[in-house]
Amino acid sequence: MSQLATDFTSAKNLVGPPPSQKGGLALRTWRALFGTPLNGAISIACILALAWFIPKTINWLIIDATFSGTAQDCRKSAGACWAFLGEKWRVMIFGVYPAEELWRPTLVMGLFIFMVVASMFKSLWRKELLYAWAVTVPVLLILMAGGIFGLPAVPTNRWSGLPVTLLLSLFGLVLAFPLAIVLALGRRSTMPLIRMLSVCYIELIRGVPLISLLFMASVILPLFLPAGTTMDKLLRAQVAVILFAAAYLAEVVRAGLQGIPRGQYEASDSLGLTYWQSMRLIVLPQALKMVIPPLVGTFIGFFKDTTLIIIVGLFDFLFSVRAPLADPLWLGFSTEAYFFAAAVYFVFCFTMSKYSQYLEQELSPERRR
Amino acid sequence: MRFTRLFAAAAAVAFTAVAGTPAEAGTILDAIKARGSFKCGTAQPTPGWGYTDSSGAWQGFNIDVCKAIAAAMFGNPTKVEYVVVTSQSRFPALQSGEVDVLSNNTTWTLARDSQLGFNFAPTVFYDGQGFLIPKKLGVTSALKLDGATVCVLPGTTTELNLADYFRANRMSFKPVVIENADEIRRAYFEGRCDVMTNDRSSLAAIRSLAPNPADHVVLPDVISKEPLAPVVKHGDDQWFDIVKWSVYALLEAEEYGITKANIDKMVAENKDPRIQRFLGVTPGNGAALGLDEKWAYNVVKASGNFGEIYDRHLGPKTPLQLERGVNDLWTRGGLMYAPPAR
Repeated sequence: MSQLATDFTSAKNLVGPPPSQKGGLALRTWRALFGTPLNGAISIACILALAWFIPKTINWLIIDATFSGTAQDCRKSAGACWAFLGEKWRVMIFGVYPAEELWRPTLVMGLFIFMVVASMFKSLWRKELLYAWAVTVPVLLILMAGGIFGLPAVPTNRWSGLPVTLLLSLFGLVLAFPLAIVLALGRRSTMPLIRMLSVCYIELIRGVPLISLLFMASVILPLFLPAGTTMDKLLRAQVAVILFAAAYLAEVVRAGLQGIPRGQYEASDSLGLTYWQSMRLIVLPQALKMVIPPLVGTFIGFFKDTTLIIIVGLFDFLFSVRAPLADPLWLGFSTEAYFFAAAVYFVFCFTMSKYSQYLEQELSPERRR
Repeated sequence: MRFTRLFAAAAAVAFTAVAGTPAEAGTILDAIKARGSFKCGTAQPTPGWGYTDSSGAWQGFNIDVCKAIAAAMFGNPTKVEYVVVTSQSRFPALQSGEVDVLSNNTTWTLARDSQLGFNFAPTVFYDGQGFLIPKKLGVTSALKLDGATVCVLPGTTTELNLADYFRANRMSFKPVVIENADEIRRAYFEGRCDVMTNDRSSLAAIRSLAPNPADHVVLPDVISKEPLAPVVKHGDDQWFDIVKWSVYALLEAEEYGITKANIDKMVAENKDPRIQRFLGVTPGNGAALGLDEKWAYNVVKASGNFGEIYDRHLGPKTPLQLERGVNDLWTRGGLMYAPPAR
C-alpha cells in the first residue's frame, strides 16, 4: 500500500463514519437537532429563545404598532410608532435640504440608483456607459447645487441625508480605486523611490483614524490656506475620504497582485509585452478578480464609515435620521428611527454583497459549469 | 468626554499659537458682508434648543438667537448658514473661521474667554446643575437628599460638583455611574437610583421623555453656575458688538413690552423717546453699530422678544417646562439685564 493510501485510512479512522443517510428528511432533521443530549439541550434553548423573541417582535412591529396619528396616539400604545416615520421620513432621507426643492434630491437619487444598477450588468459594459456617466455626473451636481437654469442655488451645507451618503461613498470609492491600483503597483515596483513613496503613503494614512483626517481637512487645512481662499467643506471631506479609501484598497489590490503566480509575469514578459501592457492585459484582470470579496468588504465598510462626517458638521444619512428625534413634539421614538436607518443601510450593503457574488461568477467563465 | 473636551481645548490653544489672532479689526465682519450670510455654529439636535422640524428647517432657542443676529445684520433672519458642531469640534471650528458665532449652549468660563481667544456675548440662559427626582418620594429640597442613590455621568464636572455639594452639606450619597446618556436615563426611570443629577436644562429634557412627566420634578436647588452664551472669536470688536446688541435687543424689547405682534403699532404710535430710539424712529443707534437704523425692529420682528422666544421653546407650555426663574428680566427678579440702548 502506498504512503498516501495509508494516510487516508488512518484519517478515516480518526474522524469516524459519515452521518447516516438513512431515513427521511424528518428523521434526519430530528437526529441533527436532538441526536445527542447536548444537541437536544442547545436546540431546546434556541427554540425557547425564538418562541419568546418572535411574538414579542411581531407584536411590537405590527400588532401593537401605531401606523398613523400623532405622538399622543403613539404613546398610548405599546408598539412601534410608524406614524413617526410617516411624519418625518422626508427629513430622515433628505435632512435639511430646502423643503420646497425636494424634487431635486429625489430625482438625483433616482437617476443615481438607475445609473448604478445599469452599470452592474456586464452586458452593458460598453463605451456608451462611460459617456452616459460623463453626462450624468454633471447633471447630478447641477441638480443638487442649482444656481443655473433657473434652479435656486442650494449651498452644500444644506445637502444632507441619503443623497450625501450615496454621492460621498460612490465618488469616494470610484476615485479612490485607480489611485489604489497605482499605489499597489508602486508598492510592488522595483524602483526604490516609487516603492518608498507608496509605502509611506499607505502606512501613514492607514496609521491614523479617518476621523482625524476629516478633522484635519475641515478645521486645520483652512488655517494653512492663504487668507480669503475657501474650499468647499463637502469637497474637503470628499478628498479626505478618497485619500483614506485609497490606502486601504491599495493593500487589498496588492494581495491580489501577490497571488498571481510568478509564471504569469514571466510569460507576459516573454511575449514581449511592456510593463503597462502586461499589467493591464495579464496581471490586473486576474488579480482584481481574485480580490473581489475583500474589495467588497472594504466598500461596505466605507459606505458605513461616511457616517463619521458628522464630526465636521456635514449631514449624512444617519444624522438626518437622528435629527428629528429632538423634535419636542415627537420625543422618545429613537427605536423606530434607528430601525429605519438599519433597514436602509442593510438594503444597500446586502445589495453590494449579493452583486459581488454575481460578479465573481460572471468574471470566471473557467469556473462555470 | 472630559478628555475629548480637554483635547479640543488644547488643540484650540495650539491653533491660536500657530495661526495667531489677526489684529486688524473688521476682518470677520467684512467676510460676512461679502458672503451675504453668517455661519452660526449649533449643537447636535437637542429638544427645545435646536432641532429640525418636519420640513427640515432648524428650530429652537439657540436657532432663534442666530436668527436675531442675522436680522440685525441683514434685516433678514434667513441669512444664516447653520453649521453643526460637536463638543469636540466647536472651539477649533470657531478658531478657524468655520463658524462666525457659536450658539450651542457653551458655558462661559475664564479660560475660554481669555486663553482660547474668545469673547462671550451676553448670557442667554443661566443654567446650573440640579436634581431630577420622582414626585412620590416627597423631597422638596436637595438638602434632604442625605443617603440618596444618585445617577451621574462619569468624568464630567457634574460628578465633581455633586461630590462637592454633598461634602459641603455633610451629607452622604451613593453614586450610580453610567457612561451613556441614554442608558442613564433608562436607569433613572427604572428606579435604579433615587435621583438624577445634570444641568437643569438637560434634566428638563429628560423629564419630558418620562412615560408620565408629571410624576417627576426638577428640584429648585442649583449647585453650579453654567451661564450659556453665544461666542465669537477675538479680533473683530465691531462684530462682537453686533452679536452682543442683537441679544440685548431681545431683552430690551421684552422690557419695553414690544412683541412681534405689537411692534408695528409701537413704531407708529408709541411716543416714549426710549422706544422711539430703540426702534429707530429716532435715528442714531444703527449708525453707531454700523447697521441699518431698523436693526432692533428687525430683530424683534424676526422671532419676537426674549420672553417670546423662551416661552416658545423652553417655557412652561413646552415639553421642557422650564420656569423662567433666574432667566427672567431683572424687573421681575431675574438676572436678564440689558444696558440702555442709546
